[in-house]
Amino acid sequence: MAAHLKKRVYEEFTKVVQQQQEEIATKKLRLTKPSKSAALHIDLCKATSPADALQYLLQFARKPVEAESVEGVVRILLEHYYKENDPSVRLKIASLLGLLSKTAGFSPDCIMDDAINILQNEKSHQVLAQLLDTLLAIGTKLPENQAIQMRLVDVACKHLTDTSHGVRNKCLQLLGNLGSLEKSVTKDAESLAVRDVQKIIGDYFSDQDPRVRTAAIKAMLQLHERGLKLHQTIYNQACKLLSDDYEQVRSAAVQLIWVVSQLYPESIVPIPSSNEEIRLVDDAFGKICHMVSDGSWVVRVQAAKLLGSMEQVSSHFLEQTLDKKLMSDLRRKRTAHERAKELYSSGEFSSGRKWGDDAPKEEVDTGAVNLIESGACGAFVHGLEDEMYEVRIAAVEALCMLAQSSPSFAEKCLDFLVDMFNDEIEEVRLQSIHTMRKISNNITLREDQLDTVLAVLEDSSRDIREALHELLCCTNVSTKEGIHLALVELLKNLTKYPTDRDSIWKCLKFLGSRHPTLVLPLVPELLSTHPFFDTAEPDMDDPAYIAVLVLIFNAAKTCPTMPALFSDHTFRHYAYLRDSLSHLVPALRLPGRKLVSSAVSPNITPHEDPSHQFLQQSLERVYNLQHLDPQGTQELLELTIRDLQRLGELQSELAGVADFSATYLQCQLLLIKALQEKLWNVAAPLHLKQSDLASAAAKQIMEETYKMEFMYSGVENKQVVIIHHMRLQAKALQLIVTARTTRGVDPLFGMCEKFLQEVDFFQRCFIADLPHLQDSFVDKLLDLMPRLMTSKPAEVVKILQTMLRQSTFLHLPLPEQIHKASATIIEPAGESDNPLRFTSGLVVALDVDATLEHVQDPQSTVKVQVLYPDGQAQIIHPKPADFRNPGPGRHRLLTQVYLSHTAWTEPCQVEVRLLLAYNSNSRIPKSPWIEGGEMSSQVETSIEGTIPFSKSVKVYIMPKPARR
Amino acid sequence: MPDIRVTPLGAGQDVGRSCILVSIAGKNVMLDCGMHMGFNDDRRFPDFSYITRNGRLTDFLDCVIISHFHLDHCGALPYFSEMVGYDGPIYMTHPTQAICPILLEDYRKIAVDKKGEANFFTSQMIKDCMKKVVAVRLHQTVQVDDELEIKAYYAGHVLGAAMFQIKVGSESVVYTGDYNMTPDRHLGAAWIDKCRPNLLITESTYATTIRDSKRCRERDFLKKVHETVERGGKVLIPVFALGRAQELCILLETFWERMNLKAPIYFSTGLTEKANHYYKLFITWTNQKIRKTFVQRNMFEFKHIKAFDRAFADNPGPMVVFATPGMLHAGQSLQIFRKWAGNEKNMVIMPGYCVQGTVGHKILSGQRKLEMEGRQVLEVKMQVEYMSFSAHADAKGIMQLVGQAEPESVLLVHGEAKKMEFLKQKIEQEFRVNCYMPANGETVTLPTSPSIPVGISLGLLKREMAQGLLPDTRKPRLLHGTLIVKDSSFRLVSSEQALKELGLAEHQLRFTCRVQLHDSRKEQETATRVYSHLKSILKDHCVQHLPDGSVTVESILVQAAAHSEDPGTKVLLVSWTYQDEELGSYLTALLKKGLPQAPS
Repeated sequence: MAAHLKKRVYEEFTKVVQQQQEEIATKKLRLTKPSKSAALHIDLCKATSPADALQYLLQFARKPVEAESVEGVVRILLEHYYKENDPSVRLKIASLLGLLSKTAGFSPDCIMDDAINILQNEKSHQVLAQLLDTLLAIGTKLPENQAIQMRLVDVACKHLTDTSHGVRNKCLQLLGNLGSLEKSVTKDAESLAVRDVQKIIGDYFSDQDPRVRTAAIKAMLQLHERGLKLHQTIYNQACKLLSDDYEQVRSAAVQLIWVVSQLYPESIVPIPSSNEEIRLVDDAFGKICHMVSDGSWVVRVQAAKLLGSMEQVSSHFLEQTLDKKLMSDLRRKRTAHERAKELYSSGEFSSGRKWGDDAPKEEVDTGAVNLIESGACGAFVHGLEDEMYEVRIAAVEALCMLAQSSPSFAEKCLDFLVDMFNDEIEEVRLQSIHTMRKISNNITLREDQLDTVLAVLEDSSRDIREALHELLCCTNVSTKEGIHLALVELLKNLTKYPTDRDSIWKCLKFLGSRHPTLVLPLVPELLSTHPFFDTAEPDMDDPAYIAVLVLIFNAAKTCPTMPALFSDHTFRHYAYLRDSLSHLVPALRLPGRKLVSSAVSPNITPHEDPSHQFLQQSLERVYNLQHLDPQGTQELLELTIRDLQRLGELQSELAGVADFSATYLQCQLLLIKALQEKLWNVAAPLHLKQSDLASAAAKQIMEETYKMEFMYSGVENKQVVIIHHMRLQAKALQLIVTARTTRGVDPLFGMCEKFLQEVDFFQRCFIADLPHLQDSFVDKLLDLMPRLMTSKPAEVVKILQTMLRQSTFLHLPLPEQIHKASATIIEPAGESDNPLRFTSGLVVALDVDATLEHVQDPQSTVKVQVLYPDGQAQIIHPKPADFRNPGPGRHRLLTQVYLSHTAWTEPCQVEVRLLLAYNSNSRIPKSPWIEGGEMSSQVETSIEGTIPFSKSVKVYIMPKPARR
Repeated sequence: MPDIRVTPLGAGQDVGRSCILVSIAGKNVMLDCGMHMGFNDDRRFPDFSYITRNGRLTDFLDCVIISHFHLDHCGALPYFSEMVGYDGPIYMTHPTQAICPILLEDYRKIAVDKKGEANFFTSQMIKDCMKKVVAVRLHQTVQVDDELEIKAYYAGHVLGAAMFQIKVGSESVVYTGDYNMTPDRHLGAAWIDKCRPNLLITESTYATTIRDSKRCRERDFLKKVHETVERGGKVLIPVFALGRAQELCILLETFWERMNLKAPIYFSTGLTEKANHYYKLFITWTNQKIRKTFVQRNMFEFKHIKAFDRAFADNPGPMVVFATPGMLHAGQSLQIFRKWAGNEKNMVIMPGYCVQGTVGHKILSGQRKLEMEGRQVLEVKMQVEYMSFSAHADAKGIMQLVGQAEPESVLLVHGEAKKMEFLKQKIEQEFRVNCYMPANGETVTLPTSPSIPVGISLGLLKREMAQGLLPDTRKPRLLHGTLIVKDSSFRLVSSEQALKELGLAEHQLRFTCRVQLHDSRKEQETATRVYSHLKSILKDHCVQHLPDGSVTVESILVQAAAHSEDPGTKVLLVSWTYQDEELGSYLTALLKKGLPQAPS
């Protein structure tokens, strides 16, 4: 234990680990290690020149110091400090003192006196600043000690008048970190202790050095962060700083104003040069808006970002940010947005622009036009047009946040967001599309806006298109023309980029189900039906036709009159699609067709859902069979597994549950099959070959259990127990098979012991769940545990065998939400006949694009595997940045895989697939006693492996020999 | 009283022929040297005889600064330097230096070869003139001579456009040239630091306009082009060779790239190719996006935009063509227009303003039947669109720049008088600074109060610092020292050092003053009374009563003596050194008021 702790201290030299403090304090006396401090002392004494001493100190600083010897080292350093004349050495010593006082387990109050003492005699400004930094480290280490804090604040105040900006900076930092406002704490008569830190810091807002001004504002912000309430009086001071010459001051001042506006949103402030008064938050909002057109882009980014979080601002101020008050030749002019809106509402859409169309209208009163101090006026218009994309992104984000809290603002900012879809930087475009999606429940797109949105569907970037599909999924469209337009554009997109198929279908699914009434009048046109004539039956494999059908069927779900418009082949196609693309086509109540769903009321809850019932019933049927003859059991299991798998394909929402249960039943089936084998009846140990089936079954069960455990998200502890139990059974089976097939007893000893350890481990891990496992394999096993421990391997095997056969089939409780992790590799498509040629020995980059569903923490678990024809396999860990997160539970992997090989004579295929790495450590519940027992944790817990979870894609490559 | 004088020779309450004379602290600078597009006679160039009737220009001007390569800012340069005669330095940025001669040559060709003008500058003159050019970099401070320095800031109007700060000592003038405060597809926004010049000379083309967001216009433009191309129509975009053309090219190029479009885009050849070459070179002058991505691909290396050939106009299928000139009055753009005008699928987009009388203006005003030469009537069936892409700051932008630079006064040029009036009023009202808008030939005189820098010796400063607290900007402080003016440099040193430096002996200067007091008591008693009186009033000072009967306050000596004639009157002798003048005179005044009545 002690050794362990010491190791920890070594590792975390610079980190603050509070919990170990007392433990170490008790050991201080025992562990006397003179080496470190003594060596330092000798070194420093040896040093002849300041440069030498500095070298020694630098070397010393590279190695960590354990908490026990910190004090000794500090004494030596201090002693040397007094003697030293060279400021650079003193500086280094001062910095070391600060570093040392941060050591975990060391209480620095003992060196504080010395530090303050040397501070008073120090002349060099740099050393002074460093010493103050050291004091800051000491002060933050002792947050409880009020007296020390007071003293430090006092020291800081004393040095505030120093001529060096560095010293003043540090003093302000110290005040910000340690100063307190509550005067009640110090009841002593000491007047010096009662200081209004805020006022002191505030005085330095007008320091001559911009760095000090910045530090003062930062210190003020620090006070706020520490939970002290700032006075409203600093608002005016901060406002003055907004016109400072230096950008870092302005940037900090913007933050300060924001903080104050959040503290006192409702206070009233006067407007200078008029008698009016407005709310503080509105005033601050106007001021920060003004900073969006600052000269420095750093300030602009800062201002734009903060605007987003000012939700209390009044709506008319908010709406001003989008209005630039256009004029031309002193006449009021309408924006293009307003004109578009007017055109739309007047009913003449898509009129070409005429010369003078934007001719200004009424005269503007010259006196009333305010060009500068119009506060919030047009802040976002400026921000979105900014030169730097950082500012634009910040502005888009702010728009998003404000629009989420104010529906009317959302409506107004729509035009601007739509405009951003044309930004020159893809990141900005993407961001604005995402923003639009987030606010989409607040808005309805006008037709002309939709038009602009849809134009982006032709973008060559897949990211953009998919984001747009995602957006269309949750957009409200106002007219049937809009729906038609969207459909036409999506089909155009489909022909241009066939790979978008799935995404487009999904998008149309939502579009249809959201706007059934708008789709209804379009149906005849879309299906090209004719009242009198039969039209040609469309090609069922045409993705565009499927897309149309997906839209219609989803709309028909809530619109019962729609099926009347279908022609015969539509019904046939419905049946086909319902079967083949069940996740996109919902169940419909069709006239003249008997559907299971027709009996159920339309508003079915998932648990009353017939398919769910079916699932439950079939599972129950399986669990109820106890004493059927083996043949019958097997058949029933096989049947049920088939049903479940099919159900999973049909009902996407049940896919996870169905697959999960099917896998479990599969395991059980394998187990039963293995136990049915004839070999058990033969007494003598048999040849290896004959037990193939059993050992293969054991192996497969193991694999399946890992899949069950790690490939599904939403697996709860209840299930984990069952899975582990199944695995235990597989291991028992393995043991038995091995015992049967190997001669000699020696290897069995080890295996038996290992198995028993695992049983033990199982018991310890799942002790709470054991009562649920009545009558199971492990239940019986644990009953016999004492006997097993003492018996010989052969005996153990025999017992296990009987127990395996007798054990009952455990009921697998179904989790609420379960999803199977899956991955599809979109790129490379694996269809190319052109080999990727490259010179052998060099690398070729292969772009991999895949979508991942329901993968938790893909950054650490998903790997790419490349299998070369010679059997060589390579596992590549994609960078964390390669993963995108387009929606909940979905991830997208866009990465490059480097291939390389020696020269081949002809092109050959390599296989690329995705693996899901797992580590059994992560899933097992952490119980206190596991940590104590080191023995077993090494045995079981560190099983790592990978599960392939995507279809492999073949890539044709050809490494050519290098030309000489 | 020193002053700054500004005289616009051109661009005063007018657009075109920018040429502004500035004399600042004895230095004369000419800002821009442009020609006027509206005139073909002598009025097209500024009247340089205003500067000097019969002397050489070089003797009168210290330097010439050209803000950017547009002809209304540099068109008269060869005439000015070669024909009128100027040999001094001409400052401009590198891109301007590169592109300027191309445009001048083009201008010369049109004037001489097409219009057949005589007495125009020659190619050789352009070359000679360009030899006098000194190129400057952004934010580089160039010393024209010992006192005059200039510095360029980014203006964003066209490639290489710059604003210039002209500075002599502490007096400075900023000339903006043309600038743009909203970034576009290829250039960034103008930027200036808080340089607080005495005078800011700014353009005011859009003094009364607040412009809509650029994005709507861009989107509209792209949509129009895209729709036409998808219909299979042809798009003609008449442009001037430089500036907006590049912006539109970038816009279309990126759009084609993004949307994966295949229709060809052509650019009519000629001077554009040369100019495009320079756009590729001067990447540092472009906007963030182009600067950041040029390592992968230079945005000006157009993938989709190819050179145009006359024969292409008859090719079937959709295409987009940029052709010069921009107003459809002659040349290639007119030729193409005539070919395409009959088809309603086609479209012409006018990206800029058209002068009255040109074909461009006619079709924009809705004329559908045009009479061409030879009594031909051309029926225009193609769609006509107007898109305004302008790279001048609007009223808000101008105010923003004024706010950034914080000048002491503003002078408006390059705009119409009526519009300037409005902006002038706004500037005066919102910044509370003077604003001028002189007409051509009118001189504005601006009194300045230049601050004179004085060097102070460190010893003196430190001594002062030791005495008091930190310097406070809000309160003036009194300081004793000696000002040495030597070789036009000013230094403030302590008096000891000054004496030493000048080799002078120190003279003590004492003031003595007699104050008569009516006091019948003895001298010693009077002295004691004076002592106690002073002691009670001057609490901050050290007041001592010496054994010889005199009283000292710091170093001021006060002695009491009986009046020789009137024993009832005592004479107080107050004596102080020159350094204690303040305290001494205060003390005298105090004593003159008399002593308080002793509590006798």
